[in-house]
Amino acid sequence: MAAKVVTVTSGKGGVGKTTATANLASALAAENLKVVCIDADIGLRNLDVVLGLENRIVYDLVDVVEGRCRLRQAMIRDKRLPELYLIPAAQTRDKSAVSPSDMVRLCDELRPDCDWVLIDSPAGIERGFRNAIAPADIVIVITNPEVSAVRDADRIIGLIEAEEKGPARLIINRLKPAMVKREEMLSPDDVLELLAVELIGIVPEDENVTLSINRGLPIVLDGKSRAGLAFRNIAARLRGEQVPFLDLNDQGGLLGRLARLIRPGGA
Amino acid sequence: MSAILDRLLGRKKKSARQAKERLKLVLIHDRTDLNPGTLELLKDELISVISRHVDIDPAAVRIEMTQDGRQQRLIADIPLNPAGRRRVR
Repeated sequence: MAAKVVTVTSGKGGVGKTTATANLASALAAENLKVVCIDADIGLRNLDVVLGLENRIVYDLVDVVEGRCRLRQAMIRDKRLPELYLIPAAQTRDKSAVSPSDMVRLCDELRPDCDWVLIDSPAGIERGFRNAIAPADIVIVITNPEVSAVRDADRIIGLIEAEEKGPARLIINRLKPAMVKREEMLSPDDVLELLAVELIGIVPEDENVTLSINRGLPIVLDGKSRAGLAFRNIAARLRGEQVPFLDLNDQGGLLGRLARLIRPGGA
Repeated sequence: MSAILDRLLGRKKKSARQAKERLKLVLIHDRTDLNPGTLELLKDELISVISRHVDIDPAAVRIEMTQDGRQQRLIADIPLNPAGRRRVR
């Protein structure tokens, strides 16, 4: 095994980084791939609660980096998805406790014995973001179809290119097809034209996401949820499968065009 | 009420179009660090340099930013006055 390291980032907070990381990791692990996810948001950890693993934390990322435990000891195994592991962030420290080279070292140690490493980046463009993208093979930028989120996504895409971690792949999260149809929300076409990056998925707004986070159960495990299906499709695209984009109600024409925008042969 | 009237008369842009147009401008400046003031300054200086060598109509000069994928381009359109007109002067 030689894992690919995927970092999920956004610039703006609250657009769905942690939800996306938790669900992509769960979707990959559900395919019997060994996945380690790392919460790089030191001081504001949340990947543990979204995955429902908050009661099982003993050691965290900073303990590993500072040598208080071995890497294996900080990896919490998910009982529902035995191929899924979490390395939680420290809650009582700040981002300066870890450096980009610490993250590269840690991921290099993980690479030989897992299939995927998923890193949940903190918001912002400072140290925490640099830590999160340093070891990445693939960087996913997640945004919402809103002015502020798109602007921050553009800024972060520029920084990813400057760090030679590009080209970034884009997830448009929380899309409301009915609003797009009324032309009161930016469409996926609009966002792609503005950001000029490769799309890897569109996730519709879905109340079930809130429910799933309330329960600590990843939404990809809910067979009926639209958002869950969208995240499963993104996981499949990461694995190199060609999956058509979801038809988000009466928008076949629009999404058909989007599907053609995707370059074949992506990772 | 007047907003509804505007909408009925087709006077108001849909908000998605406004969002896109606003973002286009914001992103150009975010990506390049060039604000409209600097662009004006650049235009004035270009005009003065070029005027030293060729006859141009300063009012017709257009400088604008365009987007080509993630690449920003500065496009200058500077129409030259016909050489004949210069001789007449």
